[in-house]
Amino acid sequence: MKLSPILGFALVALTLACLPVLLPDGFYLGIATHALVFAILALSLDILIGQAGMTSLGHAVYLGLPAYAVAWLTVQAGWPPLPSVIVALLIGTLTAALFGLLALRASGLGFLMITLALGQVMWGVAYRWVALTGGDNGLRMPGRPVLLGIDLQAPLPFYAVVAVCLLAALICLWHLDRSAFGACLRGTRDQPRRMRMLGHDVWRIRYAGFVIAGFWGSVAGVLYCLDYQYVSPQALSLPQSAEALLMVVLGGAGTLAGPVVGAVIITAIKTVVSSYVDRWYSLLGLTFIVVVSLMPRGLVPGVRDLWERLRA
Amino acid sequence: MIVSRRGLLQTAAGAVGIAATANTARADEPIRLGFLTVKTGPLAAGGIQMEQGMVLWLKLNGGKIAGREVKLIVADTAGSPATTRTKAQELVERDKVHLLLGPVAAFEALAISDYTNAQKIPVLGVAAAEDMCQRIASPWFVRATSSSGQCAHAIAHYAATELKYKRMTIIGDDFAFGHEQNGAFLRVFEDNGGKVVQKLWSPLNAPDYGTYISQIKSNVDAVFMSFAGSNGFRFTKAFNEYGLGGKIPLIGGMTAMDEAILQQTGDDALGIITANWYSAQVDNPANKEFVAGMQRDYKVDPGYYSGGPAVLGAVLEAALKTTGGNIDDRAALMHAIHANVVPNTVRGTLRFDEYGQATGNVFIRRVEKKGSRYINTVIKTYPDVSQFWTYNPKEFLANPVYSRDYPVARFLEA
Repeated sequence: MKLSPILGFALVALTLACLPVLLPDGFYLGIATHALVFAILALSLDILIGQAGMTSLGHAVYLGLPAYAVAWLTVQAGWPPLPSVIVALLIGTLTAALFGLLALRASGLGFLMITLALGQVMWGVAYRWVALTGGDNGLRMPGRPVLLGIDLQAPLPFYAVVAVCLLAALICLWHLDRSAFGACLRGTRDQPRRMRMLGHDVWRIRYAGFVIAGFWGSVAGVLYCLDYQYVSPQALSLPQSAEALLMVVLGGAGTLAGPVVGAVIITAIKTVVSSYVDRWYSLLGLTFIVVVSLMPRGLVPGVRDLWERLRA
Repeated sequence: MIVSRRGLLQTAAGAVGIAATANTARADEPIRLGFLTVKTGPLAAGGIQMEQGMVLWLKLNGGKIAGREVKLIVADTAGSPATTRTKAQELVERDKVHLLLGPVAAFEALAISDYTNAQKIPVLGVAAAEDMCQRIASPWFVRATSSSGQCAHAIAHYAATELKYKRMTIIGDDFAFGHEQNGAFLRVFEDNGGKVVQKLWSPLNAPDYGTYISQIKSNVDAVFMSFAGSNGFRFTKAFNEYGLGGKIPLIGGMTAMDEAILQQTGDDALGIITANWYSAQVDNPANKEFVAGMQRDYKVDPGYYSGGPAVLGAVLEAALKTTGGNIDDRAALMHAIHANVVPNTVRGTLRFDEYGQATGNVFIRRVEKKGSRYINTVIKTYPDVSQFWTYNPKEFLANPVYSRDYPVARFLEA
């Protein structure tokens, strides 16, 4: 069964639009919002993992850095919200452009280690540059701003903005997936030498993928700051990067739905299940082991395979 | 009564529309206490002790505060600011708690302060960050334990005036809690004629203290340490292994020689003097009962983490007696907390200043061995210690918050 893309997006949009009605109250809408923010982060990381085949352990940089930028610009520098958000996105994307130059000197394990190191550097700066970042006490952002005439303070309008951003990310990444550029990106993943022989500049293709991932990561970062109204070095930490990676791997790399599903499951375990189960960390680990051993490619491809086997 | 989350939800499901009735609750309805603590991750040791302290205090009081049943609803923040915020929202919006106790860490408390202030939810905190009750004080937040600097001021005074130390090295964990304690120590020590000649910072997760210990000047009178968690134990052990034990005296901040790590530290800890708003050895009836309960139920002496909830419980008890058991008028509750003098807590009498910080006893304690156990014997009590020490609050608050570089150390030697 092949779902037509327009119908697929319409279904996603309908689900997102119905959620506020289906969920019992603002608290669960808030949890859904957290999940969608992380879904955008996981989607952006999947450009690197699923499309370009490069595993990064430093993706929290693009969550934390723009989040710090928004909080600092609006609260400390007193900027209006819109310019702060735009500049924060720029800072995140430019950082990706810079870090891409460094990280893409290697691929595979080397790439992983460089992104890990860069992530730790940013974490260290946030932790130690107390005058700018407040150190481990972090930066607070009292209240969500009014952005483009929308007051984001209440759960519903903010959820709507996050949902629209997620939809935009999905459509954009779907286009990327189908475009010539997407094909090139996958080419550099599967056959980098052959791509080079065909005259493609492998480095440049990977670099473009890295910067796009950085941009969408920054979108998640800005929303993260507005969502929690607080940033601390934990947003830049290695566990945060690893969690994003976990979301992608759990849901299924290289699919549009996978990272979203992964983000929703992990957020649900962290926030909802942890209220009922004391050993929820173990549950998280167990879930991961079960999924990886039964469906090595992740939940979404695994379920799809299962579905097709049942139909056949 | 302590309920599991599931149990509470079932009760809530039974009483459909609990949301609508929460604000007009009847007086015989239980008080819902939201308790934010850390049960997973690196901070879990302290968080679990905190929960033990709370559970025991309630048990000793028959599960009641001021005659009203209590439902304690515990949430695990996992030591993450983002999760803390979600959990605080859950407790407030889903469980309709009347007030929040906790959370453990400063960054967790800071992550929820804007939310709880906006919701006008009383928070009885323990996290020590100076500014919570200073530059960003809120009418909805009180702290019955102490700020980072409050105990460090006292031991700095003790070191300068009674121990007669002149030249000291200070070392601490390289994060806000360590910075604030060392800043407070430096200020009072130097204002009383001492000189801090060396400042050292070690990372929170330092694998080995050897490199820091080897830097300690051999000609200082003593070393002040402001470690948290198990770092005090690890540092002290290394200090003795490197042969400095017995040569240079060690003194410490409020978590450096906590009861939770004292037994492991063993003979290495003997003679170390620290300051804290609490000691398991504090001689009053409330504390005797509490300590006996901790030893019976958990086989440990209470310390910084488990003592905190016992103080909070007493504060709440007194406030609810003042309001006649009414917890729904939150403003009246906060007013009662601020106005009350609470006489019988495990740390003795305390009251709150206008910024929500408790003013009360700070104990100077020395580690001694009694039978086979190590204890923090109280050797001096500073009564009515304010978070501002003897300084004028207005002038104090005009200065920057204590940090890595403030106050400036003028006597550092290369």
